[in-house]
Amino acid sequence: MLFTAALVLFLSSCKDNNENKEIASVDIPATVEMKATLTSPPHVPPPTGKRKAKKLIVDMEILEKEGEMTNGVKYMYWTFGGTVPGSFIRTKVGDEVEFHLKNHPDNKLPHNIDLHAVTGPGGGAESSFVAPGHEKVFSFKVLNPGLFVYHCATAPVGMHIANGMYGLILVEPEAGLPDVDKEYYVMQGDFYTKGNYGDRGLQPFDMQKAIDEDADYIVFNGKVGALTGDNAITANVGETVRLYVGNGGPNLVSSFHVIGEIFDRVHIEGGNSINENVQTTLIPAGGAAIVEFKVEVPGTFILVDHSIFRAFNKGALGMLKVQGDENKNIYSGELRDDIYLPEGGGIQSMPSIAEGLESEIPAKSMAEMLEFGKQTYMQTCFACHQGEGQGVPNAFPPLAKSDYLNADPERAIGIVLHGKTGEITVNGEKYNSVMTAQTLSDDEIANVLTYVYNSWGNSKKEVTPAMVKSVRAEK
Amino acid sequence: MDSFLKIILISLCIAIFQPVFAQDDMAMVRGGTYIPLYGVDSTAVTIDDFSMDVYPVTNADYLEFVQEFPQWQKSKVKPLFADGSYLNAWESDLSYPNRFSADAPVTNVSWFAAKKYCECQGKRLPTIDEWEFAAMADEKTADARKKESYNQKILDWYEAPKTFNNEIGSTFKNYWGIYDLHGLVWEWTMDFNSVLISGESRKDVDKDSNLFCGSAAVGASDLMNYAAFMRYAFRGSMKANYSVKNLGFRCAKDIPKI
Repeated sequence: MLFTAALVLFLSSCKDNNENKEIASVDIPATVEMKATLTSPPHVPPPTGKRKAKKLIVDMEILEKEGEMTNGVKYMYWTFGGTVPGSFIRTKVGDEVEFHLKNHPDNKLPHNIDLHAVTGPGGGAESSFVAPGHEKVFSFKVLNPGLFVYHCATAPVGMHIANGMYGLILVEPEAGLPDVDKEYYVMQGDFYTKGNYGDRGLQPFDMQKAIDEDADYIVFNGKVGALTGDNAITANVGETVRLYVGNGGPNLVSSFHVIGEIFDRVHIEGGNSINENVQTTLIPAGGAAIVEFKVEVPGTFILVDHSIFRAFNKGALGMLKVQGDENKNIYSGELRDDIYLPEGGGIQSMPSIAEGLESEIPAKSMAEMLEFGKQTYMQTCFACHQGEGQGVPNAFPPLAKSDYLNADPERAIGIVLHGKTGEITVNGEKYNSVMTAQTLSDDEIANVLTYVYNSWGNSKKEVTPAMVKSVRAEK
Repeated sequence: MDSFLKIILISLCIAIFQPVFAQDDMAMVRGGTYIPLYGVDSTAVTIDDFSMDVYPVTNADYLEFVQEFPQWQKSKVKPLFADGSYLNAWESDLSYPNRFSADAPVTNVSWFAAKKYCECQGKRLPTIDEWEFAAMADEKTADARKKESYNQKILDWYEAPKTFNNEIGSTFKNYWGIYDLHGLVWEWTMDFNSVLISGESRKDVDKDSNLFCGSAAVGASDLMNYAAFMRYAFRGSMKANYSVKNLGFRCAKDIPKI
């Protein structure tokens, strides 16, 4: 109410020197009816462009459904439109939105929706409180341009949000946003599970961890890997990319950053104020920002929450893959690799675990060893040794058809346990790199090595937990 | 309800109905005083002794009921008393689908239908306070609300999909000898919409209700409240003619004072 009053005041006071805002948003007529296009992340609906304000019908279905948080970890998500974050809604100032909120009959719980773009009590929550198997309809006029969060506000509110019930609604200004080449939808969220990061099986929501704000997963677009590998977002050199970035929370604030890029423009907190040349922008829980940048050189640019352990240990990592010609004036790539040896040069290591961790669920068969092993591989080894064990030339040795690996399984176990530094020769190529000691249980090491030995043309050896145990004891 | 009306209702049922169509198993709950979710110390509620069905009403039970009382069959029920989802999956007036177990709780029944079912057995729906009182027991204790295991079990169910077709008795037997209060389906109560939200008016929800953003965050400090909040939220979203897939019922009865 206050806001509206302030807006009207503001508009009338600058009427004389601002011809474009002759009529207040409230008075923009919306007569023609149109069905809104909704999209799943990372996609956004087409721009509103030059169209006039309309009566926009938004149809949204609430689904409680099981999904995968990361390899081998299942989670019961509560969703707007079947995805986390929920479907992207794109509107224009003056639009009259007729919102149809449908709660699927199979759902257990009532839900509602609070859209931060709504001027009215509860942001729509009161009018949209809907039982399973029912549909609620309410309407509102969008008055303020900007990028807004929507979320469920049914008790217990925190739990509904923690399970994935949030998304973004964009309200474009009357003239629309400037054209860009690529637009994507990215939204961060934190998740709280009974088990720790990576613990297999269906993981229930953990209320105590949520209250303690002790997140197990902090991810973009609802799961680990939603924006990496084949799911990466893409652009071509020379294009301008606009990201609509939201943060559903429920608890944590995001320090959003794209490694190797500088944001040319940031619509701070999704509002009118634009900041330029920004490295990292803060996105509050229940808030959003629009970031724009031109990609000048090819390569993979990593989206992170720069509270950096979240990125590398809890999942807050995405990829933007840019294709096109290199521009050595902007970025040369590696020019030289010289030796630099100050004192020491000891091996990097993670905190060691003398006893070894107990794996919660031991593999019962070869098939399970391979399955669990693959999960561990994707969580632990994939980043360096790559999806097909091909490694990275000159940096990380291949595991596929690897003579070094196949020659000595005990040596391989030792490397996983204790790490490896210094020059080795694999398949005729020299590598001089560092692998850190891995914090894995005997079972996990047995599984992952068995998986590696039984993949990509290797010798099909089976590595047992007992073998790992004996190598661990040798130390 | 005044007793005159009650007598008429019961006699109406008995007039047309002789056989007993439901399991008679009831368990006694010894009354007591407790503070419900929505209350503070001064709003402690005192419950008299009452008895409650050991199991929720099943598909088989309900089939017998609609055989005896055709006016509650799917095609004949008055829209005022049951919305379009009433017995939604039933293939005809007198058959539920094969995929439904006879011993699974009946769902997609309205409050009107549930209430009538109980009345026709000389019983009634439990009140919210009675239901919550009986349901705060775990296997060993009458009030387990402070136990983490009890709360986690309930929260787990709230997240488990499609439990409505599990058979009665498949969860735990509580302190009072009652099964399935948690873990199968939500259950109707007599005064389901009397707390926090009135089924009729949405006007009073903004400042008093604990169901929306601001106020929900203030009161809910522990796990127990979160589990209970979900029940109250669910009840608050209901109207008496709604028929919902995860919502069944059981009956209760006063124990005559000697």
